[in-house]
Amino acid sequence: MGHKAAELYGNRTMTNPTQSLYAARLPIFPRRVSGYFRRLKWALMLVTLGIYYLTPWLRWERGPDMPDQAVLIDLANRRFYFFMIEIWPHEFYFVAGMLVMAGLALFLFTAALGRVWCGYACPQTVWTDLFILVERWIEGDRNARVRLHEAPWSLHKWRLRISKWVVWLIIGLLTGGAWVFYFTDAPTLLRDLASFSAPPVAYMTIAILTATTFVFGGFMREQVCIYMCPWPRIQAAMMDEDTLTVAYRDWRGEPRGKGLRRRAAAEAAEASIRAAGPQIGPRSPVIPMPGRPAMPSAPVLTEHKGDCIDCNACVNVCPMGIDIRDGQQMACITCALCIDACDEVMEKTGQPRGLIDYIALSDAPKEAAGDQPKSVWRHVLRARNLIYAGLWSGIGIALIFALFLRPDVEMTVAPIRNPTHVVLADGTIRNAYDVRVRNKQGTEQIFHVSLDHADLIITVEGSTSDKIAIPADSQGQARVYVDAPAGSHLATHARSDLRLWVTDQETGERAAVDTNFTGKDDE
Amino acid sequence: MTTHKDDKDIGTTGHSWDGIEELNNPLPRWWLWTLYGCIVWAVVYTILYPAWPMVSGATSGVLGWSTRGAVAEEIAAVDEAQSGLRAELEATDLNTLAANEPLHRFAVQAGGSLFANNCAQCHGAGAAGAKGYPNLLDDDWLWGGQIEQVAYTIRHGIRNEDDPDARYSQMPAFGEILTRPEIDTLVAHVQSLSSGADPLAGAGGEMFSANCVACHGEDAKGNRDMGAPNLTDAIWLYGSDTATLTTTISKARFGVMPAWGLRLDEAEVRALAAYVHQLGGGEATTEE
Repeated sequence: MGHKAAELYGNRTMTNPTQSLYAARLPIFPRRVSGYFRRLKWALMLVTLGIYYLTPWLRWERGPDMPDQAVLIDLANRRFYFFMIEIWPHEFYFVAGMLVMAGLALFLFTAALGRVWCGYACPQTVWTDLFILVERWIEGDRNARVRLHEAPWSLHKWRLRISKWVVWLIIGLLTGGAWVFYFTDAPTLLRDLASFSAPPVAYMTIAILTATTFVFGGFMREQVCIYMCPWPRIQAAMMDEDTLTVAYRDWRGEPRGKGLRRRAAAEAAEASIRAAGPQIGPRSPVIPMPGRPAMPSAPVLTEHKGDCIDCNACVNVCPMGIDIRDGQQMACITCALCIDACDEVMEKTGQPRGLIDYIALSDAPKEAAGDQPKSVWRHVLRARNLIYAGLWSGIGIALIFALFLRPDVEMTVAPIRNPTHVVLADGTIRNAYDVRVRNKQGTEQIFHVSLDHADLIITVEGSTSDKIAIPADSQGQARVYVDAPAGSHLATHARSDLRLWVTDQETGERAAVDTNFTGKDDE
Repeated sequence: MTTHKDDKDIGTTGHSWDGIEELNNPLPRWWLWTLYGCIVWAVVYTILYPAWPMVSGATSGVLGWSTRGAVAEEIAAVDEAQSGLRAELEATDLNTLAANEPLHRFAVQAGGSLFANNCAQCHGAGAAGAKGYPNLLDDDWLWGGQIEQVAYTIRHGIRNEDDPDARYSQMPAFGEILTRPEIDTLVAHVQSLSSGADPLAGAGGEMFSANCVACHGEDAKGNRDMGAPNLTDAIWLYGSDTATLTTTISKARFGVMPAWGLRLDEAEVRALAAYVHQLGGGEATTEE
């Protein structure tokens, strides 16, 4: 590194070659906290887990031959049911559209509110939150858990650990169990699972998801976000200086003080020290936190004291084990629990709330200079967000239109090209077509195949008529022969246009496909 | 971060570019153990499964698994699953096969695969035939288009020496019997039959009745018992141009088809018959 770079970036040292290249996970013991964002997160947990666990049990009447599960991904029959909507494989663009919308919604929320997905709605966050709740319920709050962690293994410790793991495993089992219900009729599968007659893949899926829920929620936790998940990297790229995100008002908090009462006590002590003359050396020993290197604290006595009393409440409640006062960092999932924790302390010390808050970075210099920040709405309703919202709703409206414009009868026609035509004994020219008809209705329908040429004869292979029967909610294929008598226009011309129709005998709904007729081209 | 360290506490790798340095954060320990676990897994895997290349072939693995074995197992499983349908197909009267929808579908699908393997070489992938090899899509049949007749043709073949029950007929080579001008007259006469000429009229008619009616009939519509083609229709196995017909009449044709009953089992022959019968020209069974 050159001198200039050294001046600019400071002098870092190369890692000591003897230093270990890997480190054990430092356990995190988030403290209980209450407040606005904690309540919001409880509510969201209730809603998201409720949706996840209960959706497969909702029923929706569709007809005698159709499944009555409201939300069902029927892989075996290649159908997706969502209440009144039924999606066939060829309508996969609905799924693609929904995924594009999900992506755009993520862009929108990230641009407006930072990593709000990570902090509130991500399954990893929600289940970890639930697992920490169980942990606190069984082992106690932060201090009790730290003590238990440091205590030697005893009957008591084993009892607490095993009961915690059992509850975690039950949650994991329910999570994996709920997953498989989305793919087949839930009540039937539950009966089969209980009587051990369900397909092995169901048990395998439940086992895998139980294991991942147990390990990710119980043990991996923040490691999943930091080391395994790609979202933090991607989302960081979608934020800008107008994004509202969880941050620390360092211009208000620094330099860190010790709180009003302790400050008064310290000032009294300082006064006695000052009376005794100048001194050198640390004045306020820092209480070491478990698993954390000691932090140099600010001198107690300065002209101006910041609002931060360095109580570490924001660090203690953090499920990611970070210090938000260090600034924006990749490990922060913006769960906002530090806001609640700090507000609690600010209230106790009689200072204004919001030392840690949702702040846009562009407002920081203004606020620091004592100016009024931009309003929340001006942050949210900026061009970038409006474009995302516009695209999102545009695709949504297009999908809704497409949903209602879907025909009930659809046909595809594949002309047989090997051979292009067949000469029959009487000189008739025959062309064959593979006709696929989709019957999207809940009952079997008879379809009548026709042409708009009167002199052509149409027959359906294996049938004496021009009718195709297609069972309920399925696709049928038939080989259709079109015969042009010898000498007719179509028989004597190399290539002619032809339009094939299918008509639902009962409803009269029609579908047409344009194709070609190949005649004898040597006459 | 779980390290709780300020950036300044973390060393660098010593790599620096434009003043941007690479921090040397330690790996999580579980990550390292995952790597070791994968290595152990890989070693165990190479012991259990075929892996290490040797001079002739690879180590076979203690589980004895192989891709060929897996395919053989799958084929055996499919054969096992189909054995009921095959037995049913062998026992069913072919004339009523089409009424049994699932069995008919199975026969047609199986027949399609068998056709591609055994028949497409001569009759073409689309069954449209070629010069000398009949088109199976049309409604013209040399030996009959009812499903039992088709099955018989497939089972015993035509003019082969392997099966005594093969369909057999032979047209004389008229080049050794008639003079060249007589043959020219006959060729012209046969060509005219397609457009509705009287088979027995004129000079050609006289020769036709003297030489051809025994097999092709007085109406020239052929005789399926002898595999004699219908000469009045629009379909010509070898072609209807003068040169081709001259060759056909003077040298005669002798198309051969193998007896597939000697190579395929009865269920396969029946499946092929069902497939060919539904290609567009199959004839309904009539009471004899």
